[in-house]
Amino acid sequence: MAGTEALAVAADDDDALPSRRGLRLRYFLRDKKAVAGLVILSALTLAAILAPLVAPYDPNGMDFAMIGAPSLDHWLGTDDLGRDLFSRLIYGARISLFVGVSTVGVALIIGVALGIAAGYYGGWLDTVIMRYIDLQWAFPNFIIAVYLVAVFGTGLSNVIVAISLAFVDDFARIARGMVLTIREEQYIAAARTIGASDLRIMARHILPNAMAPIIVQATVSVSYAILAEAGLSFLGLGVESATPTWGLILADARSFISRAWWLGVFPGLFIMLTVLSINFLGDALRDILDVREVKEAH
Amino acid sequence: MKGYLIRRTIGAIIVMWAVATLVFFMLRMVPGDPFLAMMRDVGDPAMVAQMRRDFGFDQPTYVQYFKYLAQIAKGNLGTSIYGSRVEVARIVGEAFPRTISLALLSFFLALVIAVPAGLISALRKHSVLDHTVTLFAFLGLSMPDFWLAILLIIAFAAGLHWLPAVGYAPLSRGFWPWFSHLILPSIAIGTPFAAIIARMIRSSMLEVLKTDFMRVADSKGLPARRLIVVHAFPNALIPVVTVMGIAFALLMAGTVVVENVFAIKGLGRVLILGILNRDYPVVQGAILVVSAIFVFSNLLVDVAYTMIDPRIRYD
Repeated sequence: MAGTEALAVAADDDDALPSRRGLRLRYFLRDKKAVAGLVILSALTLAAILAPLVAPYDPNGMDFAMIGAPSLDHWLGTDDLGRDLFSRLIYGARISLFVGVSTVGVALIIGVALGIAAGYYGGWLDTVIMRYIDLQWAFPNFIIAVYLVAVFGTGLSNVIVAISLAFVDDFARIARGMVLTIREEQYIAAARTIGASDLRIMARHILPNAMAPIIVQATVSVSYAILAEAGLSFLGLGVESATPTWGLILADARSFISRAWWLGVFPGLFIMLTVLSINFLGDALRDILDVREVKEAH
Repeated sequence: MKGYLIRRTIGAIIVMWAVATLVFFMLRMVPGDPFLAMMRDVGDPAMVAQMRRDFGFDQPTYVQYFKYLAQIAKGNLGTSIYGSRVEVARIVGEAFPRTISLALLSFFLALVIAVPAGLISALRKHSVLDHTVTLFAFLGLSMPDFWLAILLIIAFAAGLHWLPAVGYAPLSRGFWPWFSHLILPSIAIGTPFAAIIARMIRSSMLEVLKTDFMRVADSKGLPARRLIVVHAFPNALIPVVTVMGIAFALLMAGTVVVENVFAIKGLGRVLILGILNRDYPVVQGAILVVSAIFVFSNLLVDVAYTMIDPRIRYD
């Protein structure tokens, strides 16, 4: 893929090129996968927000058309209680997207705060924080989330807490790594010389310069958090059963898949398309923000 | 090398101790007595009190903690409090070979697919095959494993009736019953793993093919097969082994989920059922054993890495 050389030049100088943002946008638009991802995600987000308007049926409204195959009336068919699958998936998007974004938001705040504190102060604080982070790092996020649900119990709020904490280690490690390099920069020494407080240095000088990899990580994490929520719901550890979530719809479908393939296929397709779209976006952001790293041609 | 092994083993034991300690204290930190919550269904205070005594809950926390560590060291994980009081060690002991069978079979199936796929993809860069592999790798990474499991059941069990949809048969009942029960779950578990490995092999092979020693070997007039098998592939494997730890961890996580789809009573099923039944000795035991598998496999990967790459120093 072409287009990286111009960006590589622009990377070093923030103000010299007023069109830097324009370049980034143009580069983004050239990435077809990223544009497709953005379109799908925007459509899904909009549908989730406007669910009452978009969904053709009440997600919990029952109908005598039970286990109906996809048709003009019910685009994606109906489940064993005659509920419209498309409407349920649209409402399910609300929970999936909300959990994905909110858990990563919390994980980012806690993780970045821990990582910056550990990297900036060093010493025993660094040791204590990083010992824990390394311990968590030894296990996949999903397993940590399952462990935490085991401790806190099931239900939507507990699942949000569990997933949030499960993703903290990723952000803490990145933030700490960034601080260790930024800490040695001249402008940090300069800020300290003019008497800036530690908190001010961390918030005003370190954090903004550490943001790029954190943003990329956050994007990718949202897709994993959505997968984690779907997985927990699927296992029966997530939200209460009245709420339609993608994982739960899929779990409920298990008893009927021999007769009703659509119940097994579409919920997973929604999950996969969402995850794929976010990953495409994440890849594009990685290329755009991390401009010094020239993209491998492939 | 010996010193390195010893140090890493001690490190692994410390991690296990930390996990055991965290599990112990977190289960007791939760607002509300987990015991009471579990006994809410029974509703008999005398019985709850009796159970608290049976499980040593009437003693101070630190006494419980040291007793707990001593019991674990002896391999005693307590008894289930849900239904009949089966020993947790027995439940976990029965589940363990199932999970390991599943994980190992997934691992080998994935490698059998991923290694040739990655190699072809690198050697025939930009060909139709390469693009197909890349597409499948992308899909494999974005597909939830539990969904893939359901799709496989729809196609091969419910649709074609080729394979059983659920359950497990031990290897002692013959190879085919064992294999036929495990093949679908293994594909579901192994796919994301295969996707990671195939992509890693592809990019790592492309790196190696660009090196000077490959150009030298090529200009010596070595046949292509020898170039790839002797010179390129072994060197391309080194970075692959570094991601193996992460990839294997994902594979284990997949096992925990997929066991539940196929109703295979492995460690993942035991863990989830324990959580749902609020059977907390079982949860505790399952977490410890699952964690031990993670820690042990990480250790194996690290050791394998130092053995494959002679440039790595053990200090």
